[in-house]
Order: sequence, then structure tokens, then C-alpha cells
Amino acid sequence: MKYYRTHVLVCSDPECVKRGAHDLLDSLQEELKVQGLQDEVQVLETSRLGGCSDGPEMMVYPDAVHYSGLTPDDIPYVVEEHLLKGRVAKKFVTPEKIFTDEELRAPTSKEIRVVLRNCGQIDPENIEDYLATDGYMALGKVLTEMSQQDVIDTMMKSGLRGRGGAGFSVGRKWQIARDVKDTPKFLTCNADEGDPGAFMNRRVLEGDPHSVIEGMIIAAYAIGASYGYIYCRAEYPIAVRTLNIAIQQARALGLLGNNIMGTDFSFDMEVRMGAGAFVCGEETALIASVEGKRGEPRPRPPFPAVKGVWGKPTNNNNVESYANVPQIILHGAEWYASMGTEKSKGTKTFALAGDVKRSGLVEVPLGISLRDLVYDVGGGIKDDKGYKAIQIGGPMGGCLPAEYLDIPVDYESLNSAGTIMGSGGIVVMDEETCMVDIARYFMDFTQDESCGKCTPCRVGTRRILEILERICDGKGKDGDIETLEMLCREIKVTALCGLGQGAPNPVESTLKHFRDEYEAHIYEKRCPAKVCRSLIHFVIQAEACTGCGVCARNCPTSAITGERRQPHVIDPDVCVRCGICKQVCNFNAIEIV
Amino acid sequence: MELEMLEGQKVIEAVQRAVAHHGTRREELIPILSDVNRALGYIPREAFEELSRQMQVPTSQLFSVASFYQMLSTRPVGEHVIRFCESAPCHVVGGRQVWQAVQEHLNLKDGETSPDGKWTLTTVSCLGICGVGPVMMVDDDVYGNLKPDQIAGILARYVERSEE
Amino acid sequence: MATIKSLEDLKKLREQAMQKRDVKRAEGHAQVIVGMGTCGIAAGARETMKAVLDTIEQEGLSGILVTQTGCIGLCEKEPIMQVVVGEGEKVVYGKVSADVARQIMREHVMGGKVVENHVIPM
Repeated sequence: MKYYRTHVLVCSDPECVKRGAHDLLDSLQEELKVQGLQDEVQVLETSRLGGCSDGPEMMVYPDAVHYSGLTPDDIPYVVEEHLLKGRVAKKFVTPEKIFTDEELRAPTSKEIRVVLRNCGQIDPENIEDYLATDGYMALGKVLTEMSQQDVIDTMMKSGLRGRGGAGFSVGRKWQIARDVKDTPKFLTCNADEGDPGAFMNRRVLEGDPHSVIEGMIIAAYAIGASYGYIYCRAEYPIAVRTLNIAIQQARALGLLGNNIMGTDFSFDMEVRMGAGAFVCGEETALIASVEGKRGEPRPRPPFPAVKGVWGKPTNNNNVESYANVPQIILHGAEWYASMGTEKSKGTKTFALAGDVKRSGLVEVPLGISLRDLVYDVGGGIKDDKGYKAIQIGGPMGGCLPAEYLDIPVDYESLNSAGTIMGSGGIVVMDEETCMVDIARYFMDFTQDESCGKCTPCRVGTRRILEILERICDGKGKDGDIETLEMLCREIKVTALCGLGQGAPNPVESTLKHFRDEYEAHIYEKRCPAKVCRSLIHFVIQAEACTGCGVCARNCPTSAITGERRQPHVIDPDVCVRCGICKQVCNFNAIEIV
Repeated sequence: MELEMLEGQKVIEAVQRAVAHHGTRREELIPILSDVNRALGYIPREAFEELSRQMQVPTSQLFSVASFYQMLSTRPVGEHVIRFCESAPCHVVGGRQVWQAVQEHLNLKDGETSPDGKWTLTTVSCLGICGVGPVMMVDDDVYGNLKPDQIAGILARYVERSEE
Repeated sequence: MATIKSLEDLKKLREQAMQKRDVKRAEGHAQVIVGMGTCGIAAGARETMKAVLDTIEQEGLSGILVTQTGCIGLCEKEPIMQVVVGEGEKVVYGKVSADVARQIMREHVMGGKVVENHVIPM
């Protein structure tokens, strides 16, 4: 093969072409001949090189120098200076973005990356990078070798379960949608990742959008869908942008549109953006929002597989479920099923957040113990404090105390421990966390996000929140715990959708595992974790106080007084317990009692 | 010479731009409302009326959709909008104290706008950047790793900017 | 890029994409730097460069990065060629004609033995 010492990649995406990429290519080829470099330097057209807004874009390798905004007139200069003499033409250089990645570190020994395999490894805006890692080969295999039923059977055998939370078999879901006779059929991808602390899907959409698109095209083929919607939350503008670029590129190559890869299968898709409503992650609400309506859930059945978008059969999976599909097709159902447990196959991504040393994204085989996940993969509790609980499953999930550290992380084990897998957000909490406050926080969230359509959720969660607020405020009374338990039971069986039915979970699980903290708040008017403001006081320890006055100067309510170089005191009646004094004190003289 | 655009005209133009971009199909309603909201800071009554005329959909239905979504506002907002993340990961790493500090500093509660029209304080659902929590957004700027004593300094930047 | 109309098209596109990826990730166990300043070119560096590239092609070598550099202030020794093999020290050669370049490629880059009589002591 011919050896070239230097390669020049020129972006030929539509935007760069509009900005003159073709003229640039012509004059580049011409000038290389003029200067006799045509046998030493190879010019290649490529997809996006990182932003076409200053295009045309051009990269020179192996030096990895990025030029932007060149015109044909600049070419002789750049060819002579850089390609011949090796001097970078500095005035046209675009500085490369320095890529730091705190969310995704090098995997630990307990991790296996399937869904995250390309994240941070490929350029998400360049479809060729995806193609070079066997991208769209699974689609090629499906379209040339597999029947619709073959694809569904493979998914069934793989054991992949919906990664959005409920854990329903993906293969069975596709079978139902395929068996419905009505046409046209639609596909939706749930990218409305609203669980607090869960950002796995954002990362996949921003880092490897084509894996989701390819998974959707394969699903569309299997069930016979003709159009798809990726419903992405508006809080993720970069994900929306990346997806739109990826869809355009796939369409330009004929991987979306009519007669994909020369077959008679046609499918296209678009991104739909939410406008900030947590409940839109519920599939019937999502469908309403795609249609431009209020994102309110409706009773099921009929399930979306029968009546979905525009009243037509619709298959809905989440981002991570779709992203797994190409890998399962390429490597086979047996490969995927070899990971995980008997009923929970494969890997799952988690976002570790809160008081954990290595917060960020991880992907582990299902069945890993919670202890391994928190301590080995996550590095343990921040500042080596004690473990109190983890919260898993989002606002519909529950808290697990230390006794549960050795349970395997799979759908069934989590359910029997009183929580759910959810989408994969895990909030780690250290010993200084008040569990009543956490329950109050989650109820505040669901109350805020309740769409208001059904009474148990709208009113019931408000009653629970009021009681929890009273308890945290030091005004809890005998009988509150029993009322809470009753409300939780009632809401669970009467609410319309998953959001309402799951809303009591954080309260129930904290009541079950941390009942003593509730009792301390109600009967002793004491917050054991020293968090609830009405139940704590800030006190300056005279022996540690140097009288420097920093606390007094920073106190927003002037509650601190004292002579210079003499111990200061806090007036509890004026103090609003904001904690700024404790934060600014250099001598650790302020204590919470 | 530059003529000052009338308020009403500005609203109609914002609606027309959004409709020109997205078309008048019913499923484009949320993108249209989002565009108008971005252009004007909120969706005024005149915008609903204009949109109703263009889309042939009653204003009540338009308002019903707009009022459902958190990121769409049907009331005027302050010059600067503070969106505070009150999600669990931010909450457990000190977000609660910072949220208190913000409320006390501005003397505003969630959803309120200051009487001088300078600030609107609101919470936002998880922004997905939990690694740097607690997090808040002031207009389009994101601030992470917040501590209560930083709040006064951060907000002061916006006061200076608007007085310049 | 043309649209994909068959599995063969896709495979071809994948090959091209992989080649471009290799271009972007190019790293070599050996680096050959030819001085291409005005002085170098005047002294015949372009012939030196051609000889280097020809050798790589004829011998089917891989893992070698060939780059250029400007004048390094030793114009009287041009054409200058610098060679780094693996973790070894950088060796600077002077008066590298096309024939010398071929010799250096064979003996140093491929054989690991420095061509002493052309080394410029630094």
C-alpha cells in the first residue's frame, strides 16, 4: 500500500460544503501537485471535525493541527509552510478543546463497558468514528441475514430487560408490538431522564448517539415501525444538539430514510424536546407530550403497543435499552446472557452521586453486590465517614441501610428489599444525613412534579409532605407515623400511574429502616443527624474560640457578638441556623447541638 | 433611525418567527411555545391570542399546555432568573444550606420575583451534572460546587453588570 | 460520502473509516524528522524525504512517523535528518543525501544500529 507521511482530513459535512469545503479540496489537490507533494500527502474527506460554524474545517495528521476558515487563497501558503516545511500556519489554527472527563474515569476491575464502550473514545459528532468501531454493522446483519422474528428471538434470548426502570423484557415488548395488526407503527425512545442524580442517558446521548439510533432502527425493523421519536428533556441541550447532528449524518448516508441499505425497509426519526415535566418519563405521558399536549398519563390498558402515538401501535424503550441492541446483535444473545444473574442479564449503567469518593458513571454486570458497587467501584464514602444508606430508583425508589450492603444488585433482589432498580441513579448518603429530611425532600419533589390528574397523587402526596415538614420543624405529634403509613398504603393502590404509585416508596422505606429517627424527631424533638434546623442550635465553644471575629462579620443576621480576642456567643433567638459561621470558622469552634 | 418596537408588535413577531420555523401542526406546539418563551422571557397573553389565530386552536388549550411545563412561564419574570437544583445529589452534598442562603439573600421564596423586577427565584429539576453539586444556574451561567458564603459574591456580579 | 446501498457499501465505508481512525491515532515506535527549512530544501531535503518514504513503502514498514521540521540552526550540515527509535535518544544526522537516508533507514530505523559516520555530535 502506498505510504503517505501526512494526511489531511477535510470536513465535507453539508455545513462545511456550504462554506466552501469543495473549493478548498480542489485547490488543496491542485497545490499539492504544484509543490510536488502529491505522493507524500494524502487528502481525505471526512465527516465533522468538531463544529462547522467556522468552517471549512481541516485537520493535519500526525501533527493533529486543526485549521478553520481557510479559503482557497490561503492554501498555497499553508501547503508550503506546513505540508512542505513543517511550520504550523499559526494564524489559521483552531486550538483543540482540552477534554477532561470527571464523569467517566478509567474502568475499575469490576466494571464491564457495553453501553459506555464508546463514550469518551470516539467523536460523537463524526459518524465515521462510530463506523470504525463496527457501527451500523449490526444493522447490516439484521437487514441482510435476519428476519423480523429472528431479531425478536435474539432479544428474548439475550434476557435484556427495559433499562428505564420497570424491567420488562425488551424482546417480549417488541413481540407484542409486532403482533399488533394496525399500521403505521411508531417507535419512541425515552430520553426524558428526570430522576434526580441520574445522568447515564445524557452521557450516552452526548457521547455515542449513533448506538441509540442504530438500536432504534433495528427495533423499527423488528416490529415494522416507520417513524420514530426520541423524546429528550429540555434540560439536556447538548444531547439534543448531538442527536440532531447524528441523525442528519445517518440520513446523509442512507441509514435513515427510504430503502435503507438498498432494502425495502424505510424508517426515519426526529428529536422531540420536553419543556420540563418529570412525569413525561411515564410512557403514556411521553406520548401525549410528543403529540404536543399536556404530558399527563392516562390509564393503561390500552398499552402503547396497541394505542400509542397518534393512537397507533408504538414501542417505547429507553436510551440504554436501545443502546444495548447493536452489541447484542453483533455478539449474540449468549454473549449478553453470560453476564449478570439468572433473571437479570447483562450490564447496567449507574450514576453514583452524593457522598461517594468517585462519583460519576459506571457500568457493571448485574448481580454485583451493593458493597462492591459503593466501596470498590465508587471508592467508598467521602472523607472516610460512615455509611448510612443509599437511595436507588429515583423518587419512586427507596433507601437501603448498611444491613443490605451485601445484596446483589438485580431487579428481584432490589424489589424484595423494598426499592426498585429505576433508571440507575444511586445517591450515597453518609452518617450525617437525616433520613426524615431525605423523605421530606423526595416527597417535595413528587409533590412538585405531580401532574394533578388523579387525587391520590395530587392530594395524598401533599398530606404526606405536610406531615413530614411538621416533623422536621419540631412539631411532630403522636400518631404521625401511623398516619404516614396509612397514606402510603392508600396512594400505592389507588394512584393512576407509576409516579403516584411509587411516590410513597421513599417514605415507606425510611420508616421501615430508620423508624428511630422519626421517633427522635417526634418524641424527643431531636434530629440525630443534626440537620433539621428547628431542632438544632449553633454554639461557640469558648475554649476553642480565639475571638477573631470572622463568624460575627459573616453572620447575615448579626446573631454573634463578643469582644475582640474574647470568646464570642451566638444569640439563639436571632440565629437563623444558616451554618455560615461554622463554615468560615478556622478553629472548629462552632458546634451543632 | 431606529424605532423602538412596540411591545405588542414584538410579541407578534416572536410568535411569527416561531411559527415560520416550526409550522402550525399541533405537535409543534411545545417547540413553538419554547421559542416564544426564550425570545420574550415568558409567554404573554397576546402571544396566546396570536398563536390561537395562526394554529386554529383555542387559547384555553394553548394556555393549558403552557402552564403544564415547568420551563414555560405564563407570567413575566425578573431580569435575572436563578434556577436552583434541589435534586437529591445536590441536596445531600450541602445544597439545602445553599438554597436557604439564596432565599435569605434575596428575601424570595421558590417561584417569586422581586418587587424591583430584578430577580426571579425558581428551582429546576436535576441538570445531570451531579458530580459538581450543589448546582445553580443564573440566566445561562452554571455554577457548581457552591457554598453558602459564595452566594452574595456570585449574585453581586449580575447587579454590577446591569448597572454598568 | 456516497449513500450506503448494500452491505458491501457499508463494509467499504467501515474500511475507510478505520483507515482515517488509524491516521488520527498514528503513533510510531520510530520517528523520522527531516529538516525542511529553506536551507534544507536548498541542500536537497526533498530528495532525502522521498528516499525515506520510498524505503518505507518498498520495505512495507509500519509504525513509523515521518514529520518535517524547520531550520534548526545548523544550515551548513543540511539536509538534516533526526531519528528516534523507541525510547532511545534522538540521533541527529547531517549531510543526509538520498543514499545516506536509505542507509539510515535500513541500518538505524530497521536494524537499530546508529550510522556513526553521519551523526552530528550535539
